[in-house]
Amino acid sequence: MTYRRRPSSLHAAAAGAALGWCAALALALIVQSNPVVLGALTLTIIAAGALAGVGAELLRALRLAVPLALTICLINALVSRNGLTVIWRFGDLPILGQTNVTLEATVYGAVFGLRAAALVLLGALYSLAVDPDQVLMLFRRWSFRSALSATIATRMVPVLLRDSKRLADAQRCRPGAAPGRLALMRATTAGVLDRALDVAAALEVRGYATAVHAPRRDRRAASRHDIGFSLAGAGVAIVAVVGRVAGWCPFSAYPLLRAPAGARELTVAFLLMALALAPFADRRGIRG
Amino acid sequence: MTLVRISELSYRYPGVIAPALDGVSLEVNAGEFVVVAGASGSGKSTLLRAVSGLVPHFYGGAISGSVSVAGNDTRDHGPGDLSRDVGTLFQDPETQIVMGTVRAELAFGVQNHGWGAAAVARAVEEAALALAVDGLLDRPTAELSGGELQRVALGATLAGRPAVVCLDEPTSQLDPVAGDELIGLLRRLNEDQDLTVILAEHRLERCLAAADRVIGMLDGRIGFDGSPAAFLIWALDAAPYLVTPGARLLSRLGLDPQPGVKAARAALRAARLLPGPVDVPGQESALKVGRETGSRNRFLSPRHADSPSALRFDRVWHELRDGPVALRGLSLTVAPGERVALMGRNGAGKSTLLRHAAGLMKPTRGRVEVAGRVALLLQNPTDYLVHDTVAQETSAGALARFGLSELADRHPRDLSGGEKQRLALAIVVGDGSSAGPDADPGLEEPAVLCLDEPTRGMDRAAKDELVALLRTIGVAVIVATHDPELAAAFADRVVLLADGAVIADGAAAEVLCGGIYFATETARILGGAGGALLPEAGAALLERERVSA
Repeated sequence: MTYRRRPSSLHAAAAGAALGWCAALALALIVQSNPVVLGALTLTIIAAGALAGVGAELLRALRLAVPLALTICLINALVSRNGLTVIWRFGDLPILGQTNVTLEATVYGAVFGLRAAALVLLGALYSLAVDPDQVLMLFRRWSFRSALSATIATRMVPVLLRDSKRLADAQRCRPGAAPGRLALMRATTAGVLDRALDVAAALEVRGYATAVHAPRRDRRAASRHDIGFSLAGAGVAIVAVVGRVAGWCPFSAYPLLRAPAGARELTVAFLLMALALAPFADRRGIRG
Repeated sequence: MTLVRISELSYRYPGVIAPALDGVSLEVNAGEFVVVAGASGSGKSTLLRAVSGLVPHFYGGAISGSVSVAGNDTRDHGPGDLSRDVGTLFQDPETQIVMGTVRAELAFGVQNHGWGAAAVARAVEEAALALAVDGLLDRPTAELSGGELQRVALGATLAGRPAVVCLDEPTSQLDPVAGDELIGLLRRLNEDQDLTVILAEHRLERCLAAADRVIGMLDGRIGFDGSPAAFLIWALDAAPYLVTPGARLLSRLGLDPQPGVKAARAALRAARLLPGPVDVPGQESALKVGRETGSRNRFLSPRHADSPSALRFDRVWHELRDGPVALRGLSLTVAPGERVALMGRNGAGKSTLLRHAAGLMKPTRGRVEVAGRVALLLQNPTDYLVHDTVAQETSAGALARFGLSELADRHPRDLSGGEKQRLALAIVVGDGSSAGPDADPGLEEPAVLCLDEPTRGMDRAAKDELVALLRTIGVAVIVATHDPELAAAFADRVVLLADGAVIADGAAAEVLCGGIYFATETARILGGAGGALLPEAGAALLERERVSA
């Protein structure tokens, strides 16, 4: 799940604009809790992935996101003691004690799980559609080393995944009993440290430690994709924050469930979707 | 002009008593192409690290003496400062690539030096053109092959136009084609741009012909410093494991060793042991044997399907999702006790074939049949070593079988490269004590032993040791390798793969004689004559012909 340039409006936008658009969606996911709005935002991310040509990869990310959402929902339903509408009585369970599952705790867990799943999908969309090298350039003016560390960490993920697959294959080749998990974990950690040392040495000899600020580049004129995604991101952020402050889409789970799905909630959901997806309509100059 | 000046340099890594470098003094002039030769642990890499400033700034340790690069003393300037004058390239291209695209990678170093946007763009363009990676500029680095990655890493090293470039075994992970291309490229940059090259390499037959000067390292000291031809004469007595196959051939014939195929052929022609490129009437050479072996139609000699086999691939396909076809209807039979070398470019399907044999992969079509357990040693032996002591890794019998009993109390990660290789072999092969119908199916003697690139980064002594060890095991052995010298020394049969299919399959003397890349140095010098692959066989052939002439 790494960035590759593709023919889409999102890929054509500058990293700053694309990053801002992703950040606005993340903000909306955090400040909004109404299930209608959260559902609309999740659909928006999937649709954006499809329009950006990374739909298949996002579906693979869904395989991680859905179990995560279900786990959160299940744990909250079993652990939370809040809510008045009991839908299942388990009685006394070991460790958990008296366990009554309430509708409110289940819905609250589902909403929380949906938000987590949407954030996972958004993270996947970001890593597939926003050029990490451009992000590094963007941040190096303020905090070069932090930006570089973040980029290197991203870069190390596929390397470490390949390493762990190699280690797993090697262990499958061992006859007899498999080594214990602790031994494997120690070996993996040692491998990661070796890799990190190699990368650090490579960074040293490429002048990372003494990096100096380049003369400021001539500011590139913003493209219509940059403007489109910047405006869309600003619009999404404003609607989400104003909607939260004004209480347009209320949601509360305890003690009794209150999650209206009327015209106002649907309007806000539609508005967020339309704003976020509008820049994808401009495909002039995008060859696919 | 002296570019690198090393004076009485001694260095010890932290926690290690023996010095890695001991009283090294050396000067390298601008525009020189220097090869640093030596066994594993002789101090080659440490010498390069001292020039790039990683020693002592990055690795710590105790140092005395001085190193000065382009007038900068490395005691006062760290690797970051020195990177303006010194480019450094390591073995593993994967850990040197830090950016997402080739363009960003080439730009990274010069941006760190504070170059302006226009200068960066020009440097990227020029490095890409010089390294012939201009077609890759917008490709994600995660999608590049090993050879492409190494070229990009070299491009990133050279983009800032350093005066000197230090390369630590840059071809160890490349196939012979990519390796030769890289050495040729370095020579061209050295000639065209006056780039000073300091190259540490184990496969000297690959690079000596390109060098102006060779430094022979012995236990942290400089044992030799001079021309490649003089180095080979010195190595014959002082360090025989550093002598190239071509030099061994010439010395066995009583001639002065020469670096490279061209010079060796010239020496043989001068001694009238080899015919000239165009035979001169009246000047008959001793060698009349042409390439009588290796006729094309014998390269794909079919193996009888009903003969006993330890391993059989029957029209095996492996098609990767969203990727190329790794194996294309491959059929191959390996007899019990047979020793097979599997060769081919990176991506030809060698590793995939071995993984299918060991059951790590399943064919999308076709069948793989094995007559028992298949032991597979993957490329990196360290991946097998997960315990705190050697004794915990495998049984005492297996350690004894592979000569590791004395190391039982050591930590596996503290072993040398060759010892790690032997320990990993002991783990996958076992002690062979569990045999018969009641044996534990996981622990019985394997029917087939597969090794994937077992000599990557090994010096010749360790390779010879491995060949001797493999000869004693007594089961069918398949080795995937890029090293024709190893294949010639070890294998009865060589299978050449390309694009997931077998393109040549025959006796080692047939397959390794006629080619350019997949041929031993002896075979290239003799033009494939008489099927001689190794210096001893080549010298015997020429002696016979000399006597009969």
